[in-house]
Amino acid sequence: MNEFLLITGMVIVTFLIRYPVLAMSGRLQLAPWFLQLLRFVPPTVLTAIVVPAVLMPNDQLWLDFSNARLIGAIAAVGIGVWRKNLLLTIVIGMLVFFIWQWLL
Amino acid sequence: MELSQRQFSRKTAQSEFWAGCRAIIPLVVGAIPFGIIFGTLAASSGLSHAGAMAMSAFVFAGSSQFIALGLLSAGTALPLIILTTFVVNLRHLLYAVSLVPYVRDLPQVWKLPIGFWLTDEAFAVAIARYHQPDPSPYKHWFYLGAAFFMYANWQLCTWVGLTVGQWIPNAADWGLDFAMSVTFIGMIIPYLINHSMFAAVLVAGLVSLLAHGWPHQLGLIVAAIAGIATGALVEQIKKA
Repeated sequence: MNEFLLITGMVIVTFLIRYPVLAMSGRLQLAPWFLQLLRFVPPTVLTAIVVPAVLMPNDQLWLDFSNARLIGAIAAVGIGVWRKNLLLTIVIGMLVFFIWQWLL
Repeated sequence: MELSQRQFSRKTAQSEFWAGCRAIIPLVVGAIPFGIIFGTLAASSGLSHAGAMAMSAFVFAGSSQFIALGLLSAGTALPLIILTTFVVNLRHLLYAVSLVPYVRDLPQVWKLPIGFWLTDEAFAVAIARYHQPDPSPYKHWFYLGAAFFMYANWQLCTWVGLTVGQWIPNAADWGLDFAMSVTFIGMIIPYLINHSMFAAVLVAGLVSLLAHGWPHQLGLIVAAIAGIATGALVEQIKKA
């Protein structure tokens, strides 16, 4: 296996996904309806990353109190909705997760 | 008094850069175990020390690097690994398109680091900054700070994994990865201001569970698109 070819290939395909749209951005006219759609990208993508990480940490649905990630996430959602403070959400969520894991 | 206050609140390129570094700290922490595990696994997967460093330095896309290791150790053919990399990293296209309205008027030279350093994490903190209403002309410096920190940390953790990884107790069990989950939770909440956003997030979450078994992060893209479509649909229905 040629490592150099492997890495060069991976670099090219990855860069060709990330860069061209940005490079052409000055000449791209995005329609208003399309810009409306883009508003949904951050919350949906982040949700699609978080939900399996919390509910399926071992690739199976884990919906009981022995799942410390689930308990930490519930705490984070609660604090986040209540206080609307990102740093506080992170700190409380991590604390609850670690304490719960330690108690188990 | 008023003058000094205005000076205090005025954003400079430098202050934006450091603010970006600070904002991404929890996500940097969350990435630490993954970087170390990547470095540790590289040797046993048949990737050389230099190859692993080069992959982190030039590909810089965590999930695809892990999947490449797995395919390497399974003896997968090179073109197939590259094709898989393409599919795994396809979600970055969603991020790039989302950034278009904010980077279009930047000098061309800026778009290179923005593209090369595009990750889930940098996108998440940068788009939150771009959505803030203050008219700072240096928000791209915020992106640069966040992305640079993420990149530097990934190189360091890969190197730690390569050199002393064997002696580090299983980094997957530390629970640091949960830092990413709580950070993203805190970032999702401010978006939930109307029915269409709620519906979009609900559907994205459900589909992400149903499609979790799908290979190569395809579940993530499909879940996001299903959520986006749902949100748009709810918006249309409410307008009608």
